[in-house]
Amino acid sequence: MIRVVLPTHLRKLARVDGEVQLHVEGKVTQRSILDALEDRYPMLRGTVRDQVTYKRRAFVRFFACSQDLTHEPPDTPLPDTVAAGAEPFMIVGAIAGG
Amino acid sequence: MSGVRVLVGTRKGAFVLSSDAKRQRWDISGPHFAGWEIYHLKGSPADPNRLYASQSSGWFGQIIQRSSDGGNTWEVPGGEKMPEPYDPPVGGSNKFVYDTSPETGKPLTTHQWYDGTPHPWEFKRVWHLEPSLTDPDTVYAGVEDAALFRSTDGAQTWHELAGLRGHGSGSSWQPGAGGMCLHTILLDPSDPQRIFIAISSAGAFRTGDGGKTWQPINHGLHSLYIPDPTAEVGHCVHRIAMHPSRPSVLFMQKHWDVMRSDDAGESWHEISGNLPTDFGFPIDVHAHEPNTIYVVPIKSDSEHFPPDGKLRVYRSRTGGNEWEPLTKGLPQSDCYVNVLRDAMAVDSLDSCGVYFGTTGGQVYASPDGGDNWAPIVRDLPAVVSVEVQSLP
Repeated sequence: MIRVVLPTHLRKLARVDGEVQLHVEGKVTQRSILDALEDRYPMLRGTVRDQVTYKRRAFVRFFACSQDLTHEPPDTPLPDTVAAGAEPFMIVGAIAGG
Repeated sequence: MSGVRVLVGTRKGAFVLSSDAKRQRWDISGPHFAGWEIYHLKGSPADPNRLYASQSSGWFGQIIQRSSDGGNTWEVPGGEKMPEPYDPPVGGSNKFVYDTSPETGKPLTTHQWYDGTPHPWEFKRVWHLEPSLTDPDTVYAGVEDAALFRSTDGAQTWHELAGLRGHGSGSSWQPGAGGMCLHTILLDPSDPQRIFIAISSAGAFRTGDGGKTWQPINHGLHSLYIPDPTAEVGHCVHRIAMHPSRPSVLFMQKHWDVMRSDDAGESWHEISGNLPTDFGFPIDVHAHEPNTIYVVPIKSDSEHFPPDGKLRVYRSRTGGNEWEPLTKGLPQSDCYVNVLRDAMAVDSLDSCGVYFGTTGGQVYASPDGGDNWAPIVRDLPAVVSVEVQSLP
């Protein structure tokens, strides 16, 4: 299972505590994780990426294994430790005001 | 009537304030959706337990919330995963997509940016939700960048009424300082096909065919801050109000000037009269006296606070021109809050209640038509919107 950490606001919106665990078919990438996330939690559609263009929202960033993956192409395979469930994929709200 | 429910949207969540008909003791519920901006929430006239809320965030975009129990619990319409074989769910309650169809939306490509250059329409947020007068599942949404959407399935899916942007002047609309927002939606109770809307800073518009076609209704407006002060569009209308018994009489608070129309917007005339300043944001009408109206004068467009540090609601019992200050219970020194365009409402109890919220976090109530005021709460986050439901 893939582990995903959501920012506080989205955890509340999805009504989950702590990490989310997702089953991801095929290659584990930003896109496949977000597809699985939105399928499991439809109320999150549009909050991480645009529902039409699928572009990442401007103030959302992605991290894993101490790496900033925000600007990686969405179909680039994520680190093996994320795919193995050893490390979480982190969705983070950018620091921008209060 | 058994009581009232005041729905308050703030910069950091929603609050529900409830009282019996005396309107002296209040129960405060909230914050709902803590940390999110709640631009507006409003109840259905057809089912008072059905509420809609616009929840938004600069980080995570637009969410629509719906309650079917008067605000005790909320859900994102279409946001729950449905069992097979209905998988996957629509999940489209926050999906506001401008019409780009060849039939109606193809020419609607750009509006004007602040500097006059063409700029593509970009959805930012829902400013105002207006539930149908008769169907709890039908609700209209006024959005930024300015457009009107409608849902007929309880806010699960939204469709643009593209005839508004497409009526001819859409490419010349420009944003105001707060963005190019459609903030006012008035449904005519005597004619389900007639709707009035207002956009900052394009002006007021009317449809007589349920939203298919629209026309600007800005004749008589005079705005010195635009190249042609009497242009057909381009006026920064802040708010329009109507009494349900007289739907062809409209009252407007413009960027500057308080205006009135007696012919459903065909023409407007100024009714600022003896107001200390005619700049302001909200305007509303007494529930039982169609000629009694309320405004909150603000010093100027650059000094968004009351003149002389005195928070005064002004009431006209003559449909304009002759105004009296209402001050009892309101701070009369060192007060520098603002009252935003959607932050005033009236209830329909026998003695009409008037409510407004401030950017300082106070929500004031008057149970006697404005004669006496008292704060319901003093220290909420900045108040963006106030609506009230009169409960059976």
